[in-house]
Amino acid sequence: MNTSVNIAGVSFKNPVTTASGTFGSGIEYSEFVDLNRLGAVVTKGVANVPWPGNPTPRVTETYGGMLNAIGLQNPGVDVMIERDLPFLEQFDTRVIVNVCGKTVEDYLEVVDKLADQKVDMLEINVSCPNVKEGAIAFGQNADALYNITKEIKKHAKQPVIMKLSPNVTSIAEMAKAAEAAGADAISLINTITGMQIDIYRKKFVLANKTGGLSGPAIKPVAVRMVYEAAHAVNIPIIGMGGICNAEDAIEFIMAGATMVAVGAMNFHDPYATIKVVEGIEKYMQEYGVEDISDLRLIVDKQ
Amino acid sequence: MAKKKKIEALVMSQKMLADGILDMWIATPLAEHARPGQFIGIYPIDQTKLLPRPISICEISAEKDAMRLVYRISGKGTAEFALYQQGQHVQIIGILGDNGFPVEEADGKKVLIMGGGIGVPPLLELSKQINSKGNAKSIDIVMGYRNSDTFLGEDFKQYGQLHIATEDGSVGTKGNVLDAVREEMIDADIIYACGPMPMLRAIKVYAAEKDIKAFISLEERMACGVGACLGCVCKTTKKDEHSHVNNARICTDGPVFDALDVEI
Repeated sequence: MNTSVNIAGVSFKNPVTTASGTFGSGIEYSEFVDLNRLGAVVTKGVANVPWPGNPTPRVTETYGGMLNAIGLQNPGVDVMIERDLPFLEQFDTRVIVNVCGKTVEDYLEVVDKLADQKVDMLEINVSCPNVKEGAIAFGQNADALYNITKEIKKHAKQPVIMKLSPNVTSIAEMAKAAEAAGADAISLINTITGMQIDIYRKKFVLANKTGGLSGPAIKPVAVRMVYEAAHAVNIPIIGMGGICNAEDAIEFIMAGATMVAVGAMNFHDPYATIKVVEGIEKYMQEYGVEDISDLRLIVDKQ
Repeated sequence: MAKKKKIEALVMSQKMLADGILDMWIATPLAEHARPGQFIGIYPIDQTKLLPRPISICEISAEKDAMRLVYRISGKGTAEFALYQQGQHVQIIGILGDNGFPVEEADGKKVLIMGGGIGVPPLLELSKQINSKGNAKSIDIVMGYRNSDTFLGEDFKQYGQLHIATEDGSVGTKGNVLDAVREEMIDADIIYACGPMPMLRAIKVYAAEKDIKAFISLEERMACGVGACLGCVCKTTKKDEHSHVNNARICTDGPVFDALDVEI
């Protein structure tokens, strides 16, 4: 039975990773989870300098999900190199660093600083809905996405994953733009922009007014977008959006994902990632699946 | 520090303490490692609700592997908890809040413990531990309530001199906890406080004016509870340990802070 997958020449022991921002840099959840068992850890987004993020309240629960407007608070790439990467290096898992920025130069500075670090891949966040400058501005327009991807590919020493926003008219068009610019892979979906109003206080619940919706509530949207992207491009896809268990993860793989990421569910069940790893193995045994890749887009072969 | 866990706990008893205030004992081995001011997260059984609700620990019985939780019904999650009866199994995560109230700071001092509303419960275990340690010069406990529903008052009386303030004046001083402190001319070398933000702001100012060390417990909407999501931050005067941006995580760097270290 083979659960390993390969993206842009990087091999992963299994297809399960973490969605950026829901797992810190692995330190907090290492109390609950043996990181050695994960295919990869995707870190919280990191910029060239520390970002303070948005005012509070930053999070609120919704029916079957949650809204967040953290605003990419992060300590900056220097602290990550000094503190978080050496921590992750202790584990037999792949490290994917999520990179954010306000300008193209910000992104490039981070990418350059990570060039000689023990980082297996870069995930470029052009899809955070909670910051006013940068980020999603590059992810909602195919030309802008193409241009920033091209620039990053010129600098990056590691393979590049472009993380796409669902807040677009055509995910296929965005996926194609990333592929055409040389992206090695894409990941989707980031959160869906949402809003919640407290009718008793007559105010927005989040200080930022809007936030990104995640959790099981968004899963069908995410599965559909992964499927559309899988038919638009030939580069591998890391699928995410409301994955709670192995069944959900397998659904994403059948929709065209090569890897899957567990996000908001970590907050509900800190052991969720491991349960997904074990559940996939169990499914493969039970249904006689020899290679995990046999499941990819199997819906098209029926 | 003990490893954090998500585990099943058993409801031993639950009763209503005052209007909308519940008093629940749960059995859990996590009690062994709990300290005053720390909290746990309780997951609603209703699976449409993803996030654990942070609930402060009111009393700890390490020998019985049990803890007492006194909480207010403030939404649909806590409304579900209020229905639990003896024998109910619940999923909890803990122990959360790496920095609870520093009990040892009370040694040799005139201690003033102030609580307001649903900030009252976590101060009970603190009062108990300072009292049983026996090193404090004096223990004054000032609790503020809306009305004559002065829940936990009888419990606090065992551990120090209890003073009560009520908004409607039905019991004790009419007004807030600081009105009671001034009216009763309570002198202190150290303050521990938990309560609504306006109360904590006033205590921070009061403590600074009188040059008294004050430890205050903060709350904020939380998601993960373990320091990963960066949802529950508060402004700090110094660079925070995690992001170096003067935004500490209440769930892990707190919930108790030296009042001088936070901008509230």
